[in-house]
Amino acid sequence: MAKQVYYEDVKAGTEITPLAKVATTRMLVQWAGASGDFNPLHYDDDFAKAMGVGAPIVHGALKRAWLGQLMTDWIGEQGRLKKLSCQYRGMDYPRKMKTMEEPQDGETWWCKGKVAKKYDQDGEHLVECDIWVENGKGEKTTPGSALVALPARSRK
Amino acid sequence: MANGSLITNELRQLIGKTLDTIIFKVEEGAIQRYAQAIGDPNPLFNDPDYASRTKYGRLLAPPGFTGWPAKEERLSARLLGSLAKAGAPSRLLDGGIEFEFIEPIGAGDVLIATTKIADMTERETKLGKTMFTTVKTTFVNKKGNVALNSRSTFILF
Repeated sequence: MAKQVYYEDVKAGTEITPLAKVATTRMLVQWAGASGDFNPLHYDDDFAKAMGVGAPIVHGALKRAWLGQLMTDWIGEQGRLKKLSCQYRGMDYPRKMKTMEEPQDGETWWCKGKVAKKYDQDGEHLVECDIWVENGKGEKTTPGSALVALPARSRK
Repeated sequence: MANGSLITNELRQLIGKTLDTIIFKVEEGAIQRYAQAIGDPNPLFNDPDYASRTKYGRLLAPPGFTGWPAKEERLSARLLGSLAKAGAPSRLLDGGIEFEFIEPIGAGDVLIATTKIADMTERETKLGKTMFTTVKTTFVNKKGNVALNSRSTFILF
């Protein structure tokens, strides 16, 4: 894991270390099993067309879980995630598989974020962040926000 | 629906009602499979030996995981059932979620989740006439403390 980030290290505008993800059909199957979401919207072409989304889409909850990883990676073990929210605004379509393990060429998704503001409250060092998942075209399909408590160097 | 509103009186009566109470058992293997499906190698979510030596004392669930099947899936099925009976549109998309994490959730935890329909609104979207339903769930752990609050938005059209 990356080294611990401290409250003193961040200010409004500080970038959260980005996290790259490639959604694949294989990954969606794995997610369906692990989450228990067997909605055919995420694997059945005809059903997805009938639902009006064109083709099977990436689970919103998977993108939300990526944003969770973005934050827990960044805050490290001494940080605490207090709030996380996101909106599933845009559809994302997984890459199909070329081999059993390897996806076809296509887009890469990036989970990103920036510090919006920081403040002390009730003895905690709080940091509010704007976070999002962006697709290969740079569109924010899953915008959200997070509130974290970070450790301070001065209290070590 | 003489006024063309998607939100029938029957639906409106569901606002504020407790939909369901569900018991979640948070199992170690389910946490590991969930972390793997995210592609998150964090040892707190993957390695029980490592995690047991941390202040958490057990494998920790990634943010938002409360046991298998995940909350959204149990909810959306039951929610759809109640809403469909009251005349709501049958097509459903997940609109988004807000979590408030209060106490850590990890392997061996048992959570009692109580779900309530908080709100219903409607507007015209790309999908046509669309209804937004907000559902609030509170997760209480064995100590009797609220460990997690969530607020999900479902899109019906």
